Amino acid sequence: MPLYHNDDQAMLADTASGFMAEEGNIAKQLRHWRDRNCKDGFGHGLWKQMAEMGFTGMLVDEADGGLGMGHVEAGIVLEEIGRNLTPSPFLTSSVLAATALKHGSDDMKGRYLPGLIAGDSVFAVAIDETAKHRPSRIATRAEKSGNGFRLTGSKSFVVQGASADMIVVAARTSGSDEDADGITLFAVPKDASGMTHDAVRLVDSSMATHTKFDGVELDGDAVIGEIDGGRAVLDAMLLAGRVGAAAEGVGVARGAMDMTVDYLKQRKQFGKLIGEFQALQHRASHLYSEVEIARAVTIKAQQLLDAGAESADLMASVAKAKVARAARLAVQEGVQMHGGIGMTDEYDIGLYMKRDRALAEFLGDAFFHANRVATLSGY
Amino acid sequence: MADLETFRTETRAWLEANCPPEMREPARDDEDVYWGGRRATFKNDAQKAWFEACVAKGYTVPAWPKEYGGAGLSPAEAKVLREEMSRINARPPLSSFGIWMLGPALLQFGTEGQKQRFLNEIARGEIRWCQGYSEPGSGSDLVSLQTYGEDKGDHWVVNGQKIWTSYADQADWIFCLVRTDKNDKYKGITFMLYDMASEGVTTKPILLISGNSPFCETFFDNVKVPKSYGEDCPAYVGEVNRGWDVAKYLLGHEREMISGAGGGERSAAIGAMMKRHAVKLGDELDPVLRAELAMFDVDALAYTAMGEKFLDEIKVGKAHPAQPNMMKYVGTELNKRRHELMMAVGGSRSLEWESEDTGGGKPARGWLRTKANSIEGGTSEVMLNVISKRILDLPGA
Repeated sequence: MPLYHNDDQAMLADTASGFMAEEGNIAKQLRHWRDRNCKDGFGHGLWKQMAEMGFTGMLVDEADGGLGMGHVEAGIVLEEIGRNLTPSPFLTSSVLAATALKHGSDDMKGRYLPGLIAGDSVFAVAIDETAKHRPSRIATRAEKSGNGFRLTGSKSFVVQGASADMIVVAARTSGSDEDADGITLFAVPKDASGMTHDAVRLVDSSMATHTKFDGVELDGDAVIGEIDGGRAVLDAMLLAGRVGAAAEGVGVARGAMDMTVDYLKQRKQFGKLIGEFQALQHRASHLYSEVEIARAVTIKAQQLLDAGAESADLMASVAKAKVARAARLAVQEGVQMHGGIGMTDEYDIGLYMKRDRALAEFLGDAFFHANRVATLSGY
Repeated sequence: MADLETFRTETRAWLEANCPPEMREPARDDEDVYWGGRRATFKNDAQKAWFEACVAKGYTVPAWPKEYGGAGLSPAEAKVLREEMSRINARPPLSSFGIWMLGPALLQFGTEGQKQRFLNEIARGEIRWCQGYSEPGSGSDLVSLQTYGEDKGDHWVVNGQKIWTSYADQADWIFCLVRTDKNDKYKGITFMLYDMASEGVTTKPILLISGNSPFCETFFDNVKVPKSYGEDCPAYVGEVNRGWDVAKYLLGHEREMISGAGGGERSAAIGAMMKRHAVKLGDELDPVLRAELAMFDVDALAYTAMGEKFLDEIKVGKAHPAQPNMMKYVGTELNKRRHELMMAVGGSRSLEWESEDTGGGKPARGWLRTKANSIEGGTSEVMLNVISKRILDLPGA
């Protein structure tokens, strides 16, 4: 498959780009909700509109009421979300949770998917237990209890945890903390008793929670997939999420880069447009190269994932790491080249820097994924 | 698609029958590479057999039309052939600046007579070409070149000096940028073809920091270059005084080639290989070195994806015309990093300049050689200038 968008995908890209620039732009969404100190950190109205556009259920199978599209298509939407810094539950709900729910029972799908597709529901995922992403270590426990389970432990960096109607939780049903096996995934409903959220606003003004499970009683039908066999589902969910986060990161990088290159063409210093200075031209050209390459490897990862290729896992980590580094460069150069104004809240470039930091941390940063590339390559 | 699968099956069978086992491992030194030309000799029978089989099939230049010595393969078929050759690690049967540079320029700008003659010679490895671009005062800034061809009616008399002419001392013919109008900096250049055996041509190798000498200084002292080699076969490509168009087209090719985007045989990720190498040397990877290797592999694998995307986009005319500059810039910087890391893993062993273990100092010489990558074919700085100007459209760039 050639590494560019086919006609249908290019059309979707046009649609998504127009929609997000119009409805999801920084003034209308990010700043609007931030300045109101919105407890969810995003607007439900836009989520509903995204449903009307057909975005919310794009990864859901057609048999389950979705569009049955792939990760290239989801990536197109995510790149526009990134470019506009649009606060939205798309990545957690439509990519991560939707991927997990593919492994759920028909009953579970019937319970959750219609709300997702309609843009009425929001889902979160609870994976991390420490400040860094360490999915190999799951200490949260789910003990057998009657026909169901009792969930005990705590999770952090649960993005939109307090707003979610359901949280996908990775817990341990057997074995010790570091074991690959013995993991089970649960769909924990919002009103489960014994679950508490300590909501925190993050640097990018998104909302996340430290969520505690203090003997949360779950029915047997809260299990997603197989008991003790959840690692495969967790891995599939992480893979989809990483590729998705890479796509959003590409959008952040491109958004920051475009703003910066525009600024180089407008701002005058020493009687010249600053874009005339070779010192800045070379850095801008280097930045362009890195962002283009990050975008190429992200499309590669999306296509491999859609094709079910074994190498998708390696390429997903390459993409996540590469994007993290390219986007970091884009926001750092962005703020620096904007000079003093880049440090002001009034100007948007700093918002890209904040989003980049949060997004890079989500599902593993460049160090985590470079390390993974080494391990997967056998060194 | 069924046709392509048939083609793959046939190609596999043909390679099985025609590619000798000795030709299925990477070239270890210059002797392993066959460059063709009047003075060429084969290292062994296997090299000869492989070369001749490929010439007969048109596989020295598979994508060129059959009438010019190629196999007339479609881009998809050529890709299959590349994949099948790389599957068995088959060496290129012929390495040649004629194939990489002059050929593409002739296909684009040449007359029918030039194509008939020169492309066939190139495909059959009969004439070894070198490139006369740079001059002592004109490296990346080619428009300032000084070598002058004085118009004498049916011929020019060429005087001047070229530098960095790769393998000029072993080449039969040269494709050379010569100023033919001193009044027009950009337009007064002609892309000439002439015999290195012509009276007044001398070459002198330039010893490099790698201890090798792939490059030469080339001097032209009253060299007589006829304007034509026969009917429909002028001695220049394109038009007189418009050689810059040809040169620019060709530089694009060169940049693609140096960057490895044209289907480079270098493996992208090196971490696993370096780990094995370290173990072989009785050592292990330092954790910080391992981390650098991992970051390098991320960059290299991502760059490989970019190369694929670029080639895919070229096929359908979606690639930005200045994209080869970006590929060249990043590819050569990566290659330098790759060799720095390889030297680091090799430790003191990789410092050995002449030992048998290092094949006569291959790691060190290879590492030093890569330092030219970001200079030759246009420096990294020039590539960044081109990106600034043609892609980012920055003011005054």
